[in-house]
Amino acid sequence: MTSDYARRYAHLVTMPTTVPAYGTEAAERLASMADVTASDSALRRFLHGLPGVDAVGLQARAATLGTRSIKTTAKAYAIDLAISMIDLTTLEGADTPGKVRALCAKGINPDPTDRTVPRVAAICVYGDMVATAKEALRGSGVQVAAVATAFPSGRAALPVKLADTREAVAAGADEIDMVIDRGAFLSGRYLEVFEEIRRVKEACLREDGTAAHLKVIFETGELQTYDNVRRASWLAMLAGADFIKTSTGKVAVNATPPVTLVLLEAVRDFRAATGVQVGVKPAGGIRTSKDAIKYLVMVNETLGEEWLSPEWFRFGASSLLNDLLMQRQKLSTGRYSGPDYVTVD
Amino acid sequence: MPVFEYAPAPESRAVVDIAPSYGLFIDGEFAEAADGKVFKTVSPATEESLSEVAHAGAEDVDRAVRAARKAFGTWSALPGSERAKYLFRIARIIQERSRELAVLESLDNGKPIRESRDADLPLVAAHFFYYAGWADKLAHAGYGPDPRPLGVAGQVIPWNFPLLMLAWKIAPALATGNTVVLKPAETTPLSALFFADICRQAGLPRGVVNIVTGDGSTGAELVAHPGVDKVAFTGSTEVGKAIARTVAGTRKKLTLELGGKAANIVFDDAPIDQAVEGVIGGIFFNQGHVCCAGSRLLVQESVQDELLDALKRRMRTLRVGDPLDKNTDIGAINSAEQLARIRTLADAGEAEGAERWAPECELPSTGYWFAPTLFTGVTQAHRIAREEIFGPVLSVLTFRTPDEAVAKANNTPYGLSAGIWTEKGSRILAMADKLRAGVIWSNTFNTFDPASPFGGYKESGYGREGGRHGLEAYLDV
Amino acid sequence: MSEKSEKHDERLSVLKTYKLFVGGTFPRSESGRVYEVTDSQDRWLANAPLASRKDARDAVVAARKAFGGWSGATAYNRGQILYRIAEMLEGRRDQFGHEVARAEGLSRTKATAAVEAAIDRWVWYAGWTDKIAQVAGGGNPVAGPFFNVSSPEPTGVVAVLAPQESSFLGLVSVIAPVIATGNTAVVVASETSPLPALSLGEVLATSDLPGGVVNVLSGRTAEIAAPLAAHQDVNAIDLTGAGEALAKELEIAAADNLKRVLRPQPVDWAADPGTGRLLAFLETKTVWHPMGV
Repeated sequence: MTSDYARRYAHLVTMPTTVPAYGTEAAERLASMADVTASDSALRRFLHGLPGVDAVGLQARAATLGTRSIKTTAKAYAIDLAISMIDLTTLEGADTPGKVRALCAKGINPDPTDRTVPRVAAICVYGDMVATAKEALRGSGVQVAAVATAFPSGRAALPVKLADTREAVAAGADEIDMVIDRGAFLSGRYLEVFEEIRRVKEACLREDGTAAHLKVIFETGELQTYDNVRRASWLAMLAGADFIKTSTGKVAVNATPPVTLVLLEAVRDFRAATGVQVGVKPAGGIRTSKDAIKYLVMVNETLGEEWLSPEWFRFGASSLLNDLLMQRQKLSTGRYSGPDYVTVD
Repeated sequence: MPVFEYAPAPESRAVVDIAPSYGLFIDGEFAEAADGKVFKTVSPATEESLSEVAHAGAEDVDRAVRAARKAFGTWSALPGSERAKYLFRIARIIQERSRELAVLESLDNGKPIRESRDADLPLVAAHFFYYAGWADKLAHAGYGPDPRPLGVAGQVIPWNFPLLMLAWKIAPALATGNTVVLKPAETTPLSALFFADICRQAGLPRGVVNIVTGDGSTGAELVAHPGVDKVAFTGSTEVGKAIARTVAGTRKKLTLELGGKAANIVFDDAPIDQAVEGVIGGIFFNQGHVCCAGSRLLVQESVQDELLDALKRRMRTLRVGDPLDKNTDIGAINSAEQLARIRTLADAGEAEGAERWAPECELPSTGYWFAPTLFTGVTQAHRIAREEIFGPVLSVLTFRTPDEAVAKANNTPYGLSAGIWTEKGSRILAMADKLRAGVIWSNTFNTFDPASPFGGYKESGYGREGGRHGLEAYLDV
Repeated sequence: MSEKSEKHDERLSVLKTYKLFVGGTFPRSESGRVYEVTDSQDRWLANAPLASRKDARDAVVAARKAFGGWSGATAYNRGQILYRIAEMLEGRRDQFGHEVARAEGLSRTKATAAVEAAIDRWVWYAGWTDKIAQVAGGGNPVAGPFFNVSSPEPTGVVAVLAPQESSFLGLVSVIAPVIATGNTAVVVASETSPLPALSLGEVLATSDLPGGVVNVLSGRTAEIAAPLAAHQDVNAIDLTGAGEALAKELEIAAADNLKRVLRPQPVDWAADPGTGRLLAFLETKTVWHPMGV
């Protein structure tokens, strides 16, 4: 929503169609904006020219949306939608193929007693577990997402990060969740972050010309300010991110409604400016159905139904699924469920 | 049909028990009007009659003032710490009964339950809690070592925030040792009558608070009563002027909180998403029935297109309908009379050449409703830029420079509030300095707090409510 | 001066033509009218301008024009100018002592005491200009992430009906608090004793006080006050110099644009004035801003 921006790219604003960030057309549209990423100073001018975010107003808006009361039919719809948007995640040092297979089974059939429950969107694992997950999910329609680029710290040399990415893609990952170099971002080396994302996006290319979808994690808890989150969002989208994602789930502060709202506003404005649609993924700390529904309300009232699908919105979560399942059981039976009636992973 | 359609989420009416009829609350007891007159109060959302309420005449007002006078001696002689405890009790009981009172307020007023629950009631309790603490600290308030109460306060309040305006009036009056006769608005008498019951539960001595319901004539009787020492009024500027004439030449101390036509000024470097929320909340909060509503949007020409696009997009998400539905953003217009006034002014806006826009929205077939509406191409000469509409209607004007924004913002007989949206700190302070209004919201709007003085410049009235400043209205200083 | 002129061995004195003080200049009444001002023994003192409603209008225009600059001046600057007025008066103590003695029928000692008290009053208010905001304003601890501060601001153009009896100390006591905080004033002098007020204009004109900040009119209080009370560009009115019936009439007229009204009340002009008159013509402005990174 920068005025300069909108004016300068008016020809894009009026483009009749929206294209997905992962399509080939998106790359052409981004290329037409090469001038803002031509140099460190151009990129800085652009990012610092974005409208500021007033923290208090942002938080108040997120809190108000959080008071929406989603009942009965709307709740049933929201629960199933939330389940279908989950990137069911295990990112432990102790992960084993057995653990990953169990999680995959759960992702395909979240509630063994109820086949009407939708499958989750993806199983999210470390790169070395991609092959196992791919095998376990074959034919299910559930995607395999791999964290990459020296997740969660992002502290490794670029060639290592690229190799990390290529390995995962080669092993069959459908989606790559990369982390940005927060150190570079916070010290103002925006072009470096931009280039890194661009290179990782290239590494997502498969030999057959298709590509794994790229989610870019900002670790918003480390970026601290909402202004930084907005700048990171635009930076990542300009660099070709298919999804922008809040957090790794590995630091003290993960996804929050206000931070996610900034991401939602960013993809909304980016589409208005370029016609390129980008997805959003809050991750970490979303554990209850109530929380998940608040996020869906936020998507609904900020972006509308065009983002209300797993193609454009995801939850990075693990324990959330069981709470959604228990709530789903409550809705269908009228009585409260308990943890013995859902599966432990 | 939208894919994510929110199912109805009505707050239960069962939590509030409205009696079929209510008397006047005088000297600790409910009584019929001397002449037996009554009037109905209706739910503006359904036009259903909620209750029948006594209509106080001159005789009843006189009785109420006498009761307050009788109670004044003892009440004002109580140690401040004792008065404080009564007020703390009231604050706590309001918190306990807040759900009930919120539902009642939404029924009688038409405002969304989300607002009565999350804004009105918390502020009501906070106001009593705040002034409770002042009761035994008046010697430290900067009004001399032993400031004295005035006596009997005659208070007349409006229908837009019935219980909150009651709190703004009664809490400081009682804390300072005055007794009160309060006249709630004709269309929203119920929460004041429930408050009478709270006074009973709190054990407040009889006659300290008296509630006389009725219409404008009741208010006029109260204001003119020679036994009243202090008049406090919140409402229209027109009535405020009439009251000022009535009390002329008397010893009655007068404070007035009247109309407004606030400018909400958006610069091109504003935090745009929050500015949109501030503009939306500024005019659509409480259906725009807010004296300090940001009813004039002054937008810098360089960002008007994108701001208007964003406003329209946001207005499309506003949910108009059942005030008791927890997801409702805009409830019912308070009365048929007010609806007619809003329609007249909106029609005048169109007739004078401004461009009218409203999102598609289905309005209920019974009750009083008005869709959130935006006028563009408005100039200072248009009626909708000058007159207080007191409804969900936003007039959009533009400016090019800060000086022009100030000139336009101040170009009104009113001066209650103003909004500034820019990320530049020094500009905020310079603008705040130049705007002639009692409350300046910068990068926020419609925020309220019992500790924060509220009140207007010019024809928006005089005197302040809230904070240390709010004590002055009830002290002989 | 008349007693002096009787002694033919002394020179004939030069009489002063008393004029209004409007917008920093000394016009005659636009009406061309004057009225006879006498001392307490009914002896002729001077012909004072008999100001009309048009003079009142012109004075309001001048006061409004001066308001932006005066209210926008720093409090320190206003304080220095008020102090300068005291300095200028100090040098004219004898002149004012003489005028006040004749106007109020006081002994020279009492008149001098009144003038000295008036000079001290300017000094008192000169010191208030940069302190009243701290006394009357301050931060408010609101329950939320907001910076919230209240500060007093001048009301605007204030019509001041100076007290009828105390032609100089009373006059200064009602003007100084009005302008100390940044208001501008249209002053209606004591009807029977306007000369000290008109002479004060001469002092104000040479004290760095911007033209229009104080405007002094002489004449019939009721005649001048009526258009001032009804004037839509006057923000407040001090009714000190009005009798009961007139005060009520003016208060009713003042309601048309909701002027702030200071009702007449008994005042001991020699006593400590307190802050009441400063506060009567101030508006509290409260500014909110979010606190967030």
